[in-house]
Amino acid sequence: MTRVLDVEQLRISFPDGGRGRVHPVDGVSFSLERGETLALVGESGCGKSLTSLALLRLVPPPGRIEEGSSIRLGDTDVLALEGDALRRIRGRRIGMIFQDPMTSLNPVFTVGAQIAEGVRAHFDVSRSEAKQRALKLLEEVGIPDPASRLDAYPHQLSGGMRQRVMIAIALSAEPEILIADEPTTALDVTVQAQILEVLDRLRDSHGMAVLLITHDLGIVAGRADRVAVMYAGQIVEEAPTARLFAQPSHPYTQGLFASVPRISGPVTRLSPIGGSVPPPGAWPSGCRFRPRCPKAFDKSETMPPLLPVGPDHRMRCWLADRPE
Amino acid sequence: MTLLQVRDLVKHYPAGGLFGASAPPVQAVQGVSFEVGPGETLGLVGESGCGKSSVGRTILRLQEPTAGAVTFEGADLFSLDRTALRKMRRRMQIIFQDPYSSLNPRMTVGAAVAEGMQIHRLAAGKEIGRRVGALLEEVGLDPGYAGRYPHEFSGGQRQRIGIARALAVEPSFIVCDEPVSALDVSVQAQVLNLLADLQRERGLSYLFIAHDLAVVRQIAQRVAVMYLGRIVEEGPTETLLQAPRHPYTVALLSAVPEPDPARQRDRIVLRGDLPSPSRPPSGCPFHPRCFHPRRDERCRTEPPALRPVGGTLAACHYAETTQADLARPNSATSS
Repeated sequence: MTRVLDVEQLRISFPDGGRGRVHPVDGVSFSLERGETLALVGESGCGKSLTSLALLRLVPPPGRIEEGSSIRLGDTDVLALEGDALRRIRGRRIGMIFQDPMTSLNPVFTVGAQIAEGVRAHFDVSRSEAKQRALKLLEEVGIPDPASRLDAYPHQLSGGMRQRVMIAIALSAEPEILIADEPTTALDVTVQAQILEVLDRLRDSHGMAVLLITHDLGIVAGRADRVAVMYAGQIVEEAPTARLFAQPSHPYTQGLFASVPRISGPVTRLSPIGGSVPPPGAWPSGCRFRPRCPKAFDKSETMPPLLPVGPDHRMRCWLADRPE
Repeated sequence: MTLLQVRDLVKHYPAGGLFGASAPPVQAVQGVSFEVGPGETLGLVGESGCGKSSVGRTILRLQEPTAGAVTFEGADLFSLDRTALRKMRRRMQIIFQDPYSSLNPRMTVGAAVAEGMQIHRLAAGKEIGRRVGALLEEVGLDPGYAGRYPHEFSGGQRQRIGIARALAVEPSFIVCDEPVSALDVSVQAQVLNLLADLQRERGLSYLFIAHDLAVVRQIAQRVAVMYLGRIVEEGPTETLLQAPRHPYTVALLSAVPEPDPARQRDRIVLRGDLPSPSRPPSGCPFHPRCFHPRRDERCRTEPPALRPVGGTLAACHYAETTQADLARPNSATSS
C-alpha cells in the first residue's frame, strides 16, 4: 500500500460575529492509500465539505486553517505551498467534483474546449493532441457519441451528462486523489447509479484514491473501503465499511442508521435522533453529541478521544471502554 | 368510498421563448387517473420531469388543468367557481419541499399559522392564539415560538411550521410535495413520523410525492410510479416493491442505494437520458430505454394501457413475463 495523503489534526476556524473564532472543523485526522476509497459521512454542517476544501487550500476567507494542522500529499507539505506550487496541486494532483456541475462549467465554452483547457493547463501538449485526449476522456466517462458532444455547450446536456463532463475534466490531469463532494446528490436515482458506476470503474482503472463526501449511507455501502462518520466538526467513528455497517458503535452512527428508511426488510417506525445539530458556536463541552445522546452518562462531560472498539475500528465515545 | 378521484388528468405547458408559439408544448401530465381513500396515503413516485409535482398542483387547481376531471368529497373541482373553490381549499392543503420559500419572511410563525383560520373564519379573537399554540405543540414546536420569524428556525422546524399552517384549516387531504427531500436523515425521520402520527390522529389522506422509494415505502399504503407524464405502474406498496411488473419500476428499485453491504444487488443501469417531455417517444414512453428481453415493434408503436397483472396495475405489453424474464441477474445492459 502506498500512502498518498495524510491529514493530521486539521482545524479550521471562522470568526463568530466579534465573539472570537469558532472551529467548524476541529481536529480531523485521516489518511488515504493509493486506489482506496474513504467515505466521509455526516449531516449538514458537520464539517465534511470544509475538510475537503482544506485539502486544496480552498477554505473561503475569513475562514483559515489553524496552526498545528498538517496536510501531507506524498512528500509535499500542502500547508507550506504558495503561488505556482499550490496551483500545481489543485486539479493536477488532487481533482475535485462537486454536487452541481452547472455552476462549475463555463456556459459560454463548449465542453470539448473546457476539457482540452484542463489538459493543456497541466500538460505540455498541442491543441490537437489536447482535443484528442478530450475525446478519449468523454469516451471513458461513458458519454454516447462523444465526437459530436465535444462541440456541445453545457446547457445542451442533461444533469447526468454534465456530471460526466466534470469527471472528465477532473480526470484530464490524471490526479492521484479525486475528491467527490456529494457527486450524485443533485441527480435522479437512476442517473446516480450511472455516475457511481463510472466513478468506480475509473478509480479501478486509474488507481486513484477517492475521498467520497456524502450524507447517504446507501452509496457508501459496497463502494467505500473505509468510512469516517463526522459530527460537529470531528470524526466520531471510523472503521472498514463492512465492519461499520455490521457494528455501528457510536450512538450518533447508530442514530443515523435507525433514521434511514429501508427499501427491504420489515417496515418499522423510524427512530430518529432527537433535536438537531447545534451551530459551531453552541457546541457543548465534553462529548458534542451528549445533549442528543440516549446513552450519555457522567463521563460524557469530558471530551472523549477516538478509542479502539475493534480491528481498525475507533469511536469518540467513552462507551468504548465499557463494552456492553 | 373514495375521497379523491382523478380521471384522465392532462397538463400541458406552452413552450416558452421567442418561438414558443410554434414549438410543441411540454406534455407534463398525459392522462393520469387514480383514487385516494379516507385516511390513506398514495405515494406518487418518479424522477425529475416525470410530472409528479404537476399532478399535485393541478388537482388543487394551483395550476389550471388542460383536460381531465377531479372529484373531491363529491364535488367536481374543475367546474367550481372562485368562491366555491376557495371554500373547498380549506379541505385540501399542500406542503412543499422547501418551507422557507413558502413562508413569508416578514410574518411571524403565529401569524402564518393563523392566516388560514382568519381567511376561512374558523376562529376569532383569543381563540386564534389558543389554536395556534395547540397546533405548534401538535407538530412538536414550543407554543412560545409563535412570535418568532421563519429565519430563526432550522429546515426541520420550518417544515413543522409548514405542516401546522396546513393543519390550521382542518383539511381532510394534504398533498405532500417532496416534504422531506431537503432534510438531513435524522430530521427526515422526525418529520416522517410526525406525518404518520397526524394521519392516524386526524384521519388525514395524503398524496405523498417523492423521488425516494424507501421514503415512500415508509409512509404509503399504495404507490403509483410515473414516467414521462404517465403512471406506468400502481399497486399496494409491498406488492409493487417485491414483484414489480413494469421494467421502469424494476430499474428504479434496483437503483435505490441500500445502506447494507450484504445486500448489494445487481444494479440495472438504464441506458441514456430521459427523453424530452415536449417530444415523448411513440408507443410505450419507456421503449427507447427498455431492457425487457421481449421488447419489440409493438412497444414502439402501440401505447400500452394500465392493466391489472399480478398484484399491480402495469402499463407494459409484456408485464406478465417481467418477473420471470428480469428476475435473472445480469439480464440488463449497462450504459
